[in-house]
Parts: sequence; structure tokens; C-alpha cells
Amino acid sequence: MAVYKTSEFRKGLKVQIDGEPYLMIEMNFVKPGKGNALYKCRLRNIIRNTVLDRTYKGGDTLEAADIQEIQTQYLYKQGTTFVFMDNASFEQYELSAEQVDDNWKYLKDGMVCSMLLYNGNPIAVTPPNHVELKVEYCEPGVRGDTATNVTKPVKVETGAEFVCPSFIEMGNVIRIDTRTGEYVERAST
Amino acid sequence: MIDGGQLSNDWRPTARLDRLRRRAELLRETRAFFTERGFLEIETPVLSRETIVDRHLDPLSVRCDMETGDASDSARGWLQTSPELGMKRALAAYGVSLFQVTRAFRAGEVGVRHNPEFTMVEWYEVGAGIDAGIERLSQYAERLLGRPPARRVSYADAFQAHAGINPHRATIEAMAEAGSRLGKTVPESLPRDPDAWRNWLLAECVEPHLGWGEPAIVWGYPASQAALARLHPDDPAVAERFELYVDGVELANGYHELLDANELAARARSQNRAREAGGKTGLPAPNRLLNAMRAGMPSCAGVALGFDRLVMIATGSTDIREVMAFPWDRA
Repeated sequence: MAVYKTSEFRKGLKVQIDGEPYLMIEMNFVKPGKGNALYKCRLRNIIRNTVLDRTYKGGDTLEAADIQEIQTQYLYKQGTTFVFMDNASFEQYELSAEQVDDNWKYLKDGMVCSMLLYNGNPIAVTPPNHVELKVEYCEPGVRGDTATNVTKPVKVETGAEFVCPSFIEMGNVIRIDTRTGEYVERAST
Repeated sequence: MIDGGQLSNDWRPTARLDRLRRRAELLRETRAFFTERGFLEIETPVLSRETIVDRHLDPLSVRCDMETGDASDSARGWLQTSPELGMKRALAAYGVSLFQVTRAFRAGEVGVRHNPEFTMVEWYEVGAGIDAGIERLSQYAERLLGRPPARRVSYADAFQAHAGINPHRATIEAMAEAGSRLGKTVPESLPRDPDAWRNWLLAECVEPHLGWGEPAIVWGYPASQAALARLHPDDPAVAERFELYVDGVELANGYHELLDANELAARARSQNRAREAGGKTGLPAPNRLLNAMRAGMPSCAGVALGFDRLVMIATGSTDIREVMAFPWDRA
């Protein structure tokens, strides 16, 4: 396994600490003129999103984390397991509901998602920034009301609920920003 | 576009023009300050056969193929970590107060206050002891930065005030505890060397509080951190070393200079042992300096000041890249 020396420490490095992958999000070099060098690092756990502060001395090393990003296709859900397929190798990967987190709201059969592998095992999946979802159920809208400040909840084909303008009707396709979970526009009627 | 090249903005300087104008003014002021006080401006080699032996300073080495046919000319040279060796040899030979504005190089030092190549102002004042040395440094900061005279604070009092411990007596455990109490991340990998822990506390808990309002000059460092300073004649546990801090930034380091060649040789050996114990390579003994000291160096106070950091303070910059046109990542 590759190791990083303190002289290679920088923002964006993916390292392994106590068996877990971390992203270096801040790195400060501190050195009194006549003293030893210190490397003050802030690291984010890539799986749990927790933040860790560590201070290293010159000459210390950190193991590189084996993190790989692949493009996958969402296949289907089986019980509480989500099944994806690597577009290049056709290998299948299973993620638990916990690993998929809120992203289940966007998953449609065949959707291309990027997946992070840690030591070859899937740890997280990210859908495209914008997805189009068909509205399965909502209260009837007020015809002719195109104002976007009057909103209502709608239920889409994945079973998730989103807040939309009141003119959206059943059967419409809406575009959602997956980074915020917010309605963007009506894609088709 | 050059073949294979990419259109990129990294040819541009990182400093704004107004900051470089201020930098040029401060450079002129520096030369005026020392010249008016009778110091002679001197130049010594940046690339030299000898280098300072310090456990925490890594000089960059250069292969010198001079192609003169002289075998000794294809030796290794060192880019100086400060102009100290050359200036002290000149001091021994000429016996007059000297100053220099030059480039210094330190391998591996990159950060918001560090660039591997930087500008150093270094001066030696013949006949000055520690008090006169501190006074001169304070005057320089007053003139260049327009600050009030510096407040003197002992190393022990600075630690007591900001970390709540006595740095000369505290155990490593007590120092770790003091830093942790102040919310600092304890560096697990530091060796069991009290100076490593003192430096951690200094950098994390003490330095950030020093030199607000009026500059602070810290004096009375532990003898184990004497570097090239004399030990106090009445208290050999303390070195006659001092440092200037402005707005929480370390700007300069000064000594009542060590004159004893045998003592310097012993310190160089001990620094080399510490380097090797820490996995670094040893550095050659500074023989030309040792011979100069044996021939007789006048009693003096010497100071080295980081000019880029001075410009940072003067311009309110928080990153050294804002005050140099082409820092290492653009060099």
C-alpha cells in the first residue's frame, strides 16, 4: 500500500487512519524558526462524514486509502438491498439502505450513478445532479395558476415525496436537483 | 501555445502590485535604517560549501559541476538556510557591524507563512550584548512597521500567561495536558523530547497571542534551544536568545552570539546526532566558521528576520503568497 510522507500532505489527499478512509480537508504547516515542523490536518471520514483533527510531526507517514470511483447502473431493489452494476466490468455491487441514504428517492431502473469503492467494497453512491421523476399522485392543481410560490407535496414513481408548485399534475415529469432535493422545473406534462 | 502545453494562468504573480510596491518601500527603509546606523551592507554566498548544522533545518543541496578539471569543484554545495556562516567569517575578518538582505532556502517548508525560498534580513552589531540587541530589533520594528516600542516578555512568563505552565519545569505529560485543555490536538507521534513539546505548545498556544498592540520580544530560552546563542553568565540553564513577534507572527530570531569555537563544534555534533536519530542525514562540520571563531570573532548581537513576513504584517496579508510575486508553486 502506498504511503504519503508529511512533505506530500495537502488538501484533497485520501488516506487511511485506523482502518477507515479519510479525505484531508485542511492542512496547515507550522514551524517555529528553531523548532520541529508540525502538520496540522483536518480530515473527514469518507464513510461516516465525521471530522477528525490530527497533528503530525515531520517524518510521519499516512497510508493512502484505496478509494476508487466507478460508473454504475442502478438495477433493482431486493428487500432493503440496492443492486448496481459496474458499467465497465458488469460486476454487481450491493448497497444497504443505510449506505444509499436519502439517495433512494432518486433511483430509477437503469439510472447511471457514480459509486465509491473502498478496498474494492462499495461505500457510497451518488446519483446525477438532476433527475427526472414522474408524478404518481398529488392533489389536483388550480388550472391556469403558474405561480411557483404556491406549493404542494407530490409523490413520484420512486415512492418519494417532493414539494412542487401547485400547477403540477399527476402524470407530469418533474426535474429535481439531487444535491438539494429541490424542485427545478417541469420536464413534461 | 507551446507544443503539449496547456493554456493556464499559472504564469501570473500571486501578489498584487500595490503589495509589491509596499515591499519595495520596506526594502529601501531597511537599507536606510542600517546604513544610517553605520552598518555595512555585505553580500555572502547563497551557494556555499558549508552549511549551518541544525536538527530542524534542511538545506537544499546542489551538485556543482564547475568543469574546471579540479576534482574538488565537482563537490556538493548547499543553498544557505541563512547567511550566518559567511557573515560571521566576514565579521571575524573585518570587525565591523554588518547587514545583508538575501535569499535563504529551507527544504520542505511550504505553508501560509513559509516558502522554501524566502528573503532574510540579517545583521550583526559589534559590541552589542543581549539588551542592545533587543533594543536594536525593537527600533527596527518601530521604524518599519510604525509600531510602539516592543514589550519584553520572558519565555517562562509567556508560557505561564498563555498555557498556564512553567516551560522549564513542566513534564511532557503536563505540557500535553495544557495544550489539550486549550482545545489543541495532541500530536501523538512527537518524540519524548521536552523541546519538541515546548515547541508544540509555543506554536499552538503561545505564539498566536504574542505581539498584539505593541510587538513582543521573547527572551530567556531554555539552554537546550540555544542554537548559536551564548548561555546566560549567571544562569546557564537559560540562553541569551530572543525572538520578535508581531500580531502573533514570529518575525525574527536573535542571539548574543556564541564566540567559543569548541562549544560551537560540540553543539554541531549534538545537532548532527539528533538529525541522525530522527532519520535525517548528518551535515558536514562548518570548519571555515570554526576557524574564523578560533581566529577571533568580535563580541556581538546578531538577528535574522523574515522579510516576507514583515511585508505580510505591513500589508495585512494572511498568506505569504500575497507578498511574493512567484512563490514555489509558481516559481
